[in-house]
Amino acid sequence: MINLEPLWLTAKLALITTIILFIVAIPLCYWLSYTRFRFKAAIEALISLPLVLPPSVLGFYLLIAFSPENAFGKFLSDYFDLRLVFTFQGLIVASVLYSLPFMVNPILSGLKNLPVALQEASFTLGKSRLTTLTKILLPNIRTSILTGIIMTFAHTIGEFGVVLMVGGSIPEETKVVSIAIYEEVESMNYQNANIYAGILFLFSFSVLLAVHLINNKTRNTTVY
Amino acid sequence: MIQIKAYKMLHTAEGELPLDISLTIEKGQFVSIYGNSGAGKTTILRILAGLTRAENGYIKVGNEIWDDSQKKFHLPVQKRSIGFVFQDFALFPNLTVKENLKFALSKNESDEMVAELIELMELQSLQDNKPHQLSGGQKQRVALARAIVRKPEILLLDEPLSALDDEMRFKLQDYILKIHQKYQLTTFMISHVIAEIFKLSDKVIVLEKGKIAKEGTPNSVFAGQKLSSKFQLTGEIISIAKSDILYIIQVSSGNNIIKVTALEEEAKDFKIGQKVLLASKAFNPIIQIL
Repeated sequence: MINLEPLWLTAKLALITTIILFIVAIPLCYWLSYTRFRFKAAIEALISLPLVLPPSVLGFYLLIAFSPENAFGKFLSDYFDLRLVFTFQGLIVASVLYSLPFMVNPILSGLKNLPVALQEASFTLGKSRLTTLTKILLPNIRTSILTGIIMTFAHTIGEFGVVLMVGGSIPEETKVVSIAIYEEVESMNYQNANIYAGILFLFSFSVLLAVHLINNKTRNTTVY
Repeated sequence: MIQIKAYKMLHTAEGELPLDISLTIEKGQFVSIYGNSGAGKTTILRILAGLTRAENGYIKVGNEIWDDSQKKFHLPVQKRSIGFVFQDFALFPNLTVKENLKFALSKNESDEMVAELIELMELQSLQDNKPHQLSGGQKQRVALARAIVRKPEILLLDEPLSALDDEMRFKLQDYILKIHQKYQLTTFMISHVIAEIFKLSDKVIVLEKGKIAKEGTPNSVFAGQKLSSKFQLTGEIISIAKSDILYIIQVSSGNNIIKVTALEEEAKDFKIGQKVLLASKAFNPIIQIL
């Protein structure tokens, strides 16, 4: 019988990553959609980088950065007693970076598609930027936000390369489902691999089905 | 009294164009801004509202300074006593009609004003609808009501009636006039329709390529003061037909189509679509290109 621990660990990782990204993405997208900052294009490109970069490349750089042998890793370990290599915390940081475009892109495109006049109308009615964002802008891009949340959650569940590089395969710490499948296959336990794979397959399909059902209703967001 | 001085470089389809205006408006006036597209009409409203900053500007409303670029002072849009009706209405799609109006209230303010405006603008039966369920004219009424909720001193209307058919247009003109008078507003309206400007405004400003070309009462601006007529109205030529020795010119003015005769030498200057003035001195109608 399969071990349920990787499933639980995967869900926990995806949930925490999604929450962090949601909190980070809203102000980031708001800033990006209204700023005339000179290097905006570079920042947007950087955010989208995980879409095209092989996960092993990102994982490799993170592994180097997090390593206590190097400045950043040493700084974290000396001042915060935080080790990001082969730990669950490290996986969270890696996932947040890796899934960033999946949260940011739908929300950003939602905000950019809103007529500028909506925000201006709110200002002429005496409302602050924060009130305008929470009461007008965000409620009007609900589907984009929902798309971002679902895609981030699903994408984090499907991670493999980054997790393998940064987290390795430590049971109850970094051994997520995708890694578990790999290990089961390595040790010829095809039946267990099959169950894990089937669960992920069904899950991923239902997620995409949900996203497309939502988008067919509204048609105002780009998913990818 | 409202004093406006503004200079700003506009980036239009035909290249760069400096907007350079200086205006003084009496409190309570209804001011129309007339001019070709790209002349800078909307920019004037936006500068007044604080949505756009003039490179060089000075705005004083009553005793309050709103903009003074020399002292680097700019009163934020939120603090200006204005109501702005956008060309595409800009109603909040996530809120119902009533919620759109209530959004404009400040914290803990009673919603008396909202109720009053719903009644005044005859929105009772629509108040729980979302904006996408409304027709153009209904949206316009909501946008107008919403702009008034804060009881602003100045109402800014950016071509509020351009998307409406004639019947709706006339009705909304009445609503605008009603609100302008009832709440003692100073109103600025961008309009392309001369008949509308005659009906609503005390003062009209004709803007050409960023400069004020003419200003004054609609009569003095559009008709020239040389005529002293019994009656006059403006319209647009919709057809020119020869009939024996005369030409018959049909002019559309408001809801009416008026037929006027013209001699051949007069008629050769007329073109379909031209804005004309029809005036009658006792018996003899005059038709003149504007």
